[in-house]
Amino acid sequence: MNAVLAIDTSSNWGFALSIMPILLRGLIVTVAAAGLGFAIALVIGLLFAILRRSSSRLITWPLVCFLEFVRDTPLLIQLFFLYYVLPGYGIRLPAFLTGAAAIGLQYGAYMAEIYRAGIEAIGRGQWEASVALNLGRRSVYRDVIIPQAIPRIIPALGNCLVSILKETPILYTVSVLEMLNYAIIIGDRTYQYTIPLTLAGALMLFVTTICAYLVRWIELIVPRRGIALR
Amino acid sequence: MNPLAAFRNVSKSFGHYTVLDNFDLEVMPGEKVTLIGSSGSGKSTVLRILMTLEPFQGGSVEVDGLAYHVPGHKPPFCAPERHLSAIRSRVGMVFQAFNLFPHMTVQRNLVHAPMTVLGLSRKEADRRAQELLAMVGLEEKASSFPDQLSGGQQQRIAIARALAMRPRLLLFDEPTSALDPETVGEVLGVIRRLADEHDLTMILVTHEMGFAREISDRICFLDKGCIIEQGPPDRMLRNPRHPRMREFLASIPTPQTFAEREAGVRADASARCAVTMDT
Amino acid sequence: MSQTVAYFEYLIVGAKATALVGVVAYLLAIVFGFAAGIARAEKIPVANTVAFVYVEIFRGTSLLVQLFWIYYSLPLLGVSISPLMAGCLGIGLNSGAYASEIVRGALLSIPAAQLEAAAALDLSRNQTLWKIVIPQAVREMAPPLGNLSIAILKDTALVSMISIADIAFRAQQLRTFTYDSSRIYGVSLAIYFAMALVLLAMGRMAEYYAKPRYLRTWLLRRKVAQ
Repeated sequence: MNAVLAIDTSSNWGFALSIMPILLRGLIVTVAAAGLGFAIALVIGLLFAILRRSSSRLITWPLVCFLEFVRDTPLLIQLFFLYYVLPGYGIRLPAFLTGAAAIGLQYGAYMAEIYRAGIEAIGRGQWEASVALNLGRRSVYRDVIIPQAIPRIIPALGNCLVSILKETPILYTVSVLEMLNYAIIIGDRTYQYTIPLTLAGALMLFVTTICAYLVRWIELIVPRRGIALR
Repeated sequence: MNPLAAFRNVSKSFGHYTVLDNFDLEVMPGEKVTLIGSSGSGKSTVLRILMTLEPFQGGSVEVDGLAYHVPGHKPPFCAPERHLSAIRSRVGMVFQAFNLFPHMTVQRNLVHAPMTVLGLSRKEADRRAQELLAMVGLEEKASSFPDQLSGGQQQRIAIARALAMRPRLLLFDEPTSALDPETVGEVLGVIRRLADEHDLTMILVTHEMGFAREISDRICFLDKGCIIEQGPPDRMLRNPRHPRMREFLASIPTPQTFAEREAGVRADASARCAVTMDT
Repeated sequence: MSQTVAYFEYLIVGAKATALVGVVAYLLAIVFGFAAGIARAEKIPVANTVAFVYVEIFRGTSLLVQLFWIYYSLPLLGVSISPLMAGCLGIGLNSGAYASEIVRGALLSIPAAQLEAAAALDLSRNQTLWKIVIPQAVREMAPPLGNLSIAILKDTALVSMISIADIAFRAQQLRTFTYDSSRIYGVSLAIYFAMALVLLAMGRMAEYYAKPRYLRTWLLRRKVAQ
């Protein structure tokens, strides 16, 4: 473990300054895991949302139960489930990827609802015009509905991103070397938990605030009428 | 000659509410038919069934030799998707609310379906779009978005978009009902040009009686889900036979009666004003 | 199959701790949520700022970090606190921040007409708040607060990390004995899901009973009894 650089325990400020680089290194991992989890959730969520609109009850009923199940059970247990069970089926992923997958799965289930609300908010006239033009299902979703739904769901998706960032330290429990893990390691070695944990919290607050502004900026950039197609 | 579109003994209900009952209609190729009637009489439903937007329960519907119900398939539409797609390629529709794609430019609105469904290249689709824009008189709006256009302009684009798919049958569901009176004229002008210059089969649902008289070959009056009377426009509108139809025509303000009414109101108002001013 | 039942019997013992932490944390969240929400909505001078800082900190940082902070650093600062109290407090503070936003939103959603009517009837600010605004706002709050209960249930799993013997903790323990992860965690998930369904049902009932006509007759009955 080469994360223990020169930790200066002489004074509080010296301590704080010397552990910052370590925590920042962990923060990068945290943000990367959150980003990957968010990306996975975006894709899975859209897939779930479209499947949910299938006309076959054989698909929708199990799917609805599954999504409710994923939404209402702890991410921690789902994470453990994937982490310990997947290797048994020959899928050996690094903990980072398993963590991102678990986050992606749970938040994909949330996003399915968000997408569904966004899709259903698109007026029926758009569907009818698509039928009149004989557009196939794939084209209707890809070219007509989704581009119009996106501006409406950006705030909710942004909330998901912020929530994901705040849940990512859960990866500590499967030994991913992210920010909280480093904070605890520093605490274990120096018996000073307060400052590392406070700094970790402050860094997280900083990142989530920036993220919130980023989302608001995206809201302004994306045109209200939908993703423009020329 | 075989009819292009045929309804035979069609019945349709929404739950317990029967919209169409023993409905028969035949439309010959190149014919321009207008459906009129009070609300709830089923006129829009007829168009929506033709456009496969609504299923129907009894009877048979045919367009260009294709039956809408294929035996062995389950309700509501009783036909496989590919078959419905073949039907839709023959039919186009212009909606009351235009239903343009707001996130696409006018040009993209016009070329999207030809490219995606008919497989045209971007160049070919662009060329077709240019011709259509010229026909509706909106070439300069090609790169505008629908929300930058007036209602009348949007509806003209919607007509061009429907024509881009070269349908054999074009349906108009109250195309001017959602427009300001000033823009109604420009849309009706486009539809009239279409009727005069092309061999397109058209079915219109409209309240514009004057316009219906000008362009229709036949007017059908619907009441409670079936055609009560139909015939050439002049005869239908001047000499209605059925009492229900006479009631209906009396209730619609024709341009003449509207002008009379307006003059009458103005006369009353000025008389009242004169009285108050005297005292 | 009997193996699964055995797992269930072992894990269900942890449900006691899960439920205890969940209930206490929920009550704390309601208290903190109302305190902070009212302070923010009514813009009470000092309390407003304190509430703002509280909400920003606890909504902007991770629950796990907060739990560890309370569990590890409070003792170092001289406050001795049992794991159970740390868990309840941590989740309570965290969820209280979210609850305060729910409360604040509901309070602010009362139409201005109500406030004007209260002023016309010469009600004091306190009376307006407690007799007029809050009873109506409660109806608005009921659904999101119901969802919050499920969120808290899921959060309780994290207290296994500060050595509280809840379902998640016992699942971890069990795994080190038998390594039968899929069944152990499968049963754990099922137990949590069952508890969540109970909460959903309770939430649905609470919404039904909070309906206007029900609330009105209930209030009337109380008035008559007085």
